[in-house]
Amino acid sequence: MSKKWTVLAVPVISVLLGLLAGAIIMIASGNNPAAGYMALWNGAFGDSFYTGETLRQMTPYIFAGLAVAFAFRTGLFNIGVEGQLLVGWLASVWVGVAFVDLPKVIHLPLAISAGALAGALWGFIPGFLKARLRVHEVIVTIMMNYTALHVTNHFIRNVISDGSDATDVVNETASLRSPFLENITDFSSLHNGIYLAVIAAIIMWFMLEKTTLGYELRAVGYNQHASEYAGMNVNRNIILSMVISGAFAGIGGSMQGLGTFGNMFINSGFSGIGFDGIAVALLGGNTAIGVVLAALLFGALKVGSLNMPIESGVPNELVEIVIALIIFFVASSYMITWLLSRFKKKEAK
Amino acid sequence: MEKRKFGFVMSMVLAAGTILGACGGGAEEEATDNGGSGEETDKFTVAMVTDVGGVDDKSFNQSAWEGLQAFGEENGLKKGTDGYDYIQSKSDADYKTNLNTAVRNEFDLTYGIGYKLKPAIEEVAKQRTESQFAIVDDVVEGLDNVTSITFKEHEGSFLVGVVAGLQTKSNKIGFIGGIESDLINKFAGGFEAGVKAVNPDADVTIEFAGAFDKADKGQQMASAMYSSGIDIIYHAAGGTGNGVFAEAKSLKETAPEKEVWVIGVDRDQSEEGKVTVNGEEMNVTLTSMVKRVDLAVQDVATKAMNDEFPGGEVIEYGLEAEGVSIAPTQDNLSEESIAAVEEWTTKIKNGEVEVPTVPGKN
Repeated sequence: MSKKWTVLAVPVISVLLGLLAGAIIMIASGNNPAAGYMALWNGAFGDSFYTGETLRQMTPYIFAGLAVAFAFRTGLFNIGVEGQLLVGWLASVWVGVAFVDLPKVIHLPLAISAGALAGALWGFIPGFLKARLRVHEVIVTIMMNYTALHVTNHFIRNVISDGSDATDVVNETASLRSPFLENITDFSSLHNGIYLAVIAAIIMWFMLEKTTLGYELRAVGYNQHASEYAGMNVNRNIILSMVISGAFAGIGGSMQGLGTFGNMFINSGFSGIGFDGIAVALLGGNTAIGVVLAALLFGALKVGSLNMPIESGVPNELVEIVIALIIFFVASSYMITWLLSRFKKKEAK
Repeated sequence: MEKRKFGFVMSMVLAAGTILGACGGGAEEEATDNGGSGEETDKFTVAMVTDVGGVDDKSFNQSAWEGLQAFGEENGLKKGTDGYDYIQSKSDADYKTNLNTAVRNEFDLTYGIGYKLKPAIEEVAKQRTESQFAIVDDVVEGLDNVTSITFKEHEGSFLVGVVAGLQTKSNKIGFIGGIESDLINKFAGGFEAGVKAVNPDADVTIEFAGAFDKADKGQQMASAMYSSGIDIIYHAAGGTGNGVFAEAKSLKETAPEKEVWVIGVDRDQSEEGKVTVNGEEMNVTLTSMVKRVDLAVQDVATKAMNDEFPGGEVIEYGLEAEGVSIAPTQDNLSEESIAAVEEWTTKIKNGEVEVPTVPGKN
């Protein structure tokens, strides 16, 4: 029971401390923190439109967070979520544009599977190198982010389109857009992907906690040698873990390609979703439910921050600072748990 | 002890709740204040949504904002939701949200700055048929509540091409574009045609950086170009172009006698080219192709205020309306080029010369 409370207390306290520090910075820079946070709140949940936008922003965050969390639970740092997301985005848009006259029941799953497959492939390479040659996955995944960025840009310009800097919009049969969700959220870009994200979170929880496969993956994460001694195939599990993680990230890209934007364009830099996914997973304690909640927080902060300058005059860069501080406090969770335990000791006396 | 800990967490949550609750109250009052003053006056209000470059990009976002500020000053408006304001986008996903935020704040006219906002404007304008929009640098067709503002960049680029053709010593000239697109090809095409018109022997090398915000890439490309003998580089690359200036200035510092020039874009970039070598002040900016986004923004806002909003139309600002021109700073131009620029300006205005919008294959 006590341990459970600490697990919950660290992220909550980190978020509160982050917001508090943000308020102090706002006061120091001559702004009104109450007005600033109210603008943030209004911009994230102020009315149905903004709630829709927050949920839309949350969707790829869930996938990116799940990807990082999944790899982490099996002892791997997947820093390459950004790249896996980009190739997944490209693959699903490509399938979405290339096939015409397919029924939606085939086309949409096909496009999403293409995204998952591309992401999985991008995860397979570092997994394979790690398993066979013991090349550290952090190095490989970081480098593969850049490879993904430039490869996707090349494909957009030279293969999918004719020298243009954006692909065509995907066919209606591959689109995640939902007139129903748009209607109830006053034309926000919320799309059906949000359902998929929640389902994906459940799948990840089920796979890790309730299946033999998940048990093996986690065992390899805890102790490779013990797992090997117990007769598990460590190499296979490392590759499998990266492939599944990459597939999550790839579907995150499909959300952008088939839902939010409906196409893909030349990215001059990273979208940042994949890197934020690391923070989401960290804040969510690498659990499925934690990732969903952390993704909601990040989505709300990102979307709400856009409203801050116009409503309260607080520059929206402040939210970046708050996010950075939250991550800092989570990362220094040791400090918080130590403080909590001291607090406990005093009370006990 | 478990209970005590639980109590501690509860009190934290309650404390947070109280603090947040207090925040809520204060801001709400303020919000109603704003609403009140908004209702009293029936002023014309206008907003702009930037692309990811932000409002201080030293390029067209900044220029558009200067135009809005000038418009506001002229009509006695204040910055804010009951006057004129800007909303910055931090990622491509933000365009739609920001355009909707502008609509929700009941701005009478909302600008989308840059071609990247085109899909978002198209979509939002279809949904919010009551609101008026304008897009800079691209064309939205078939919507009565959107005005498209474009520029004849090829005409302005032609003029700076004439200058480059006349003032090059090595007969090698470079062009660095941001991302290859129809828009940037207009710069390249016009520039190349201008060079060839006065100096058919000159070589024009056209390259693209693939980004508008990578100064390091611009610097690398400029370094390669200058060392290959190119002495004048025209950049149409936004922030990437800042690297071109950096490279030219550092070359000038190490070898002041070397001929290296940059031609600026969008605004008069003579400020960017200033460099002090051995106590002597020099400037590597040969000239700039000025695109008066500010004038266009002011013009359309004024029209909209007078109920003459040119919805559904495409307005193309060229040499005639001073929409594009050569920069007023002409310290580094020879007499010959100034005369030639005037001559070609008249020819283009008369329609004697048709400036191409794509670079030729040479």
